[in-house]
Amino acid sequence: MLSRVANSIYWMTRYVERAESLARFVDVTLNVALDQPGDVEAQWQPLVLATGDEKQFFERYSSYTPDNVLRFLTFDRDYDGSIITSLSIARENARTVREVISSEAWEVLNEFYLMLKRASTKLGIADEIEFFNQVKRYGHLLDGVLQSTMTRDLGWWFAHMGRYLERADKTSRIIDVKYFTLLPSPTDVDTTLDDLVWSAVLRSVDAFEMYRKRYHSLTLSRIVSFMVLDAEFPRSVHFCVREVGKALRKITPANAGESYAISLVQEIESQLTGATASGIINNGVHEFIDSMQQDFNRLGASINESFFARRKLSTAEQ
Amino acid sequence: MPSINFDNYQTEEFYDEMFDGGGHPRAGAKALIDCINGLPGDALLNRQKAIERALLQMGITFTVYGDKAGTEKIFPFDLVPRIVQAFEWRHIEAGLKQRIAALNAFLSDIYGEQRIVRDGVIPQDLLAKAKSFRPQCVGLKPPNGIWCHITGTDLVRHSDGGIYVLEDNLRCPSGVSYVLQNRLVMKRSFPEVFADSRVMPVVNYPSKLFETLASVCPNENPDPNVVVLTPGIYNSAYYEHSFLAQQMGISLVQGEDLVVENDKVYMYTTYGLEQVDVIYRRVDDDFIDPRCFREDSMLGVPGLMDAYRAGNVALANAPGTGVADDKVIYAYVPDMIRYYTSDEPVLPNVPTYICERDDDREYVLEHLEELVVKAANEAGGYGMLIGPASTPAEREEFARRILDDPRNYIAQPTLSLSRVPTIVDDHFEGRHVDLRPYILCGADDSWVLPGGLTRVALRKGSLVVNSSQGGGSKDTWVIADQELAEDDVAL
Repeated sequence: MLSRVANSIYWMTRYVERAESLARFVDVTLNVALDQPGDVEAQWQPLVLATGDEKQFFERYSSYTPDNVLRFLTFDRDYDGSIITSLSIARENARTVREVISSEAWEVLNEFYLMLKRASTKLGIADEIEFFNQVKRYGHLLDGVLQSTMTRDLGWWFAHMGRYLERADKTSRIIDVKYFTLLPSPTDVDTTLDDLVWSAVLRSVDAFEMYRKRYHSLTLSRIVSFMVLDAEFPRSVHFCVREVGKALRKITPANAGESYAISLVQEIESQLTGATASGIINNGVHEFIDSMQQDFNRLGASINESFFARRKLSTAEQ
Repeated sequence: MPSINFDNYQTEEFYDEMFDGGGHPRAGAKALIDCINGLPGDALLNRQKAIERALLQMGITFTVYGDKAGTEKIFPFDLVPRIVQAFEWRHIEAGLKQRIAALNAFLSDIYGEQRIVRDGVIPQDLLAKAKSFRPQCVGLKPPNGIWCHITGTDLVRHSDGGIYVLEDNLRCPSGVSYVLQNRLVMKRSFPEVFADSRVMPVVNYPSKLFETLASVCPNENPDPNVVVLTPGIYNSAYYEHSFLAQQMGISLVQGEDLVVENDKVYMYTTYGLEQVDVIYRRVDDDFIDPRCFREDSMLGVPGLMDAYRAGNVALANAPGTGVADDKVIYAYVPDMIRYYTSDEPVLPNVPTYICERDDDREYVLEHLEELVVKAANEAGGYGMLIGPASTPAEREEFARRILDDPRNYIAQPTLSLSRVPTIVDDHFEGRHVDLRPYILCGADDSWVLPGGLTRVALRKGSLVVNSSQGGGSKDTWVIADQELAEDDVAL
């Protein structure tokens, strides 16, 4: 497969996942805000802080009002991390690889984008919850269409890898941000938590029902255990990392010898297998997630180096 | 709302492709006319709208140059097809095959011995002054003597009922993807008519194209690596490039994906370099190899021409074919046909005045108001004067240009292009059309896609069908008779 094409497919799914995650982020805040009237700006500020792009925000907006934050994260085309920007990048990538992905997948992504574009001209408060639901639904739809229309060839595995690497990164980030804002003090770790807030967090990654089946009551260590360490829940960090590893092994040629990317992913997997929720909490959730995210960045860099960088004939024929 | 039908349709003084002069349906059109006349209320308009939505949803768009952020538009589509009867199609097909054979012979000749010049059929200085003649191609011998693997010839019908060749388009003719997609949406809209009308299928074009490309593979590779080379996503025909690559199941590459080492062409893949055997290039000669042609090209592959000369890669179309798109050289194609095949041309050219000839030029300058004047090397409806629609100032300007550079201009009578009924608001009106059939020429034989792209000038009275100038498209139905149907089965 052409390096450029593999690169585009990988980033196509990463950007779709990024847009979808951001929609989930915003959606959970909307839900929490509805349930917890009070200092509105304090609820919306962390969303912008989580992006690390406060500077860009203040270039165009004066305060963290819900409207400002919503607009910035959703429809601001001048912000390179907004939902609409991410999705238009995903679509441009898809356009350059239309001959590789299925027509059905392209059509869903195109529709997804056109839906966003239409919505960007008329968002009122009544529409919002439905709108973010629709973003999630399109994300699921695209995932499903890719699953059921694409041959499990290289293109598929690059798409799969992009999606799950991004998802691992974003699930860990949502926990990180919410953990800071929601946890009053470390001693609350095993007390039953405010149902409303944490159930909203779980809902944001479609984890609420699955969590309930597993654990019933909400405690921090169980939530960490479920969202980070669970090997079977499809949005948990562990699950996502395992999928990235699966894709990497499919993509790496058998005769490639030692692969840095594969050994890195193995290392992350074994960290997650060996960890316990209480261990993570005692050593600091933030510290754990931070180091995990650095690992993801390294993994991304080594994927880039192994598959997308240009190699000359002399090295290829050896 | 009253339904749209043909009851009050007027052919006026034009040749109409669907109705004869007496207002009776032409052969093959009856099933469609009956179907449309039988549709209730606004069903037809609803089908038209459904088609437009489908095209947008499928992302079948072209990029408008000069528009901020490269706006994508759908190529307007009208659901009333142009119908071509079997006997007429056989005539067109024979004429196109003959023409391509002669053009291939011409290109081999002028980049080789130039017999046709020595024998005085084509003036020496005509070639010398042809901007698109590529000295870099002299001495090239493309595999099997084929220069034009893919051609999209523009045909028009005049009010005398005759079909004429307007242009040959030997470089990178586009539009075939619209033919295939138009058919797809039409089948969804009129399944009942397709069943009754014996419309020749177009769906096998991608496999025919692949066979054609694979047939010119320069080496013994049993499974040739064939790729489509595109200038990239911002090219107005990008959709088509990716569509064709997808339909053929081959890689769509950009210049940056290819590299030449040891006179062989490779592509960068996730597993390293992989050799490329055949390139269907949709990048103009000027840009394919900065070492050979334009140095500033970012779209091409340095060293590509060396690999081509060394016989390690096939290019379709071959570089240098653009010389036969020169509108002055076009005027000589009938002579070429006689010279190389010893036969009379099956399809005539539009009568053409060559401004470099004194008599012709004098006539052109005196009759600018009646003629269409074209620059030798422009395409897409640019650089032309349509006499009857021109202002005195425009005519003066063109007279000056012709006198300054007579070699660069030709003129043709303003044709009265035939028309096809077209939806205008809530009724049908005739609109002028042309027809671009596609001819594939491989190592073993040549093949013409039954039908082609019918382009329609959507503006009332307009004769300009180019998409950049307010044109749209229609499906083209070649209605099979027994003979054509059997040929098709034999494919």
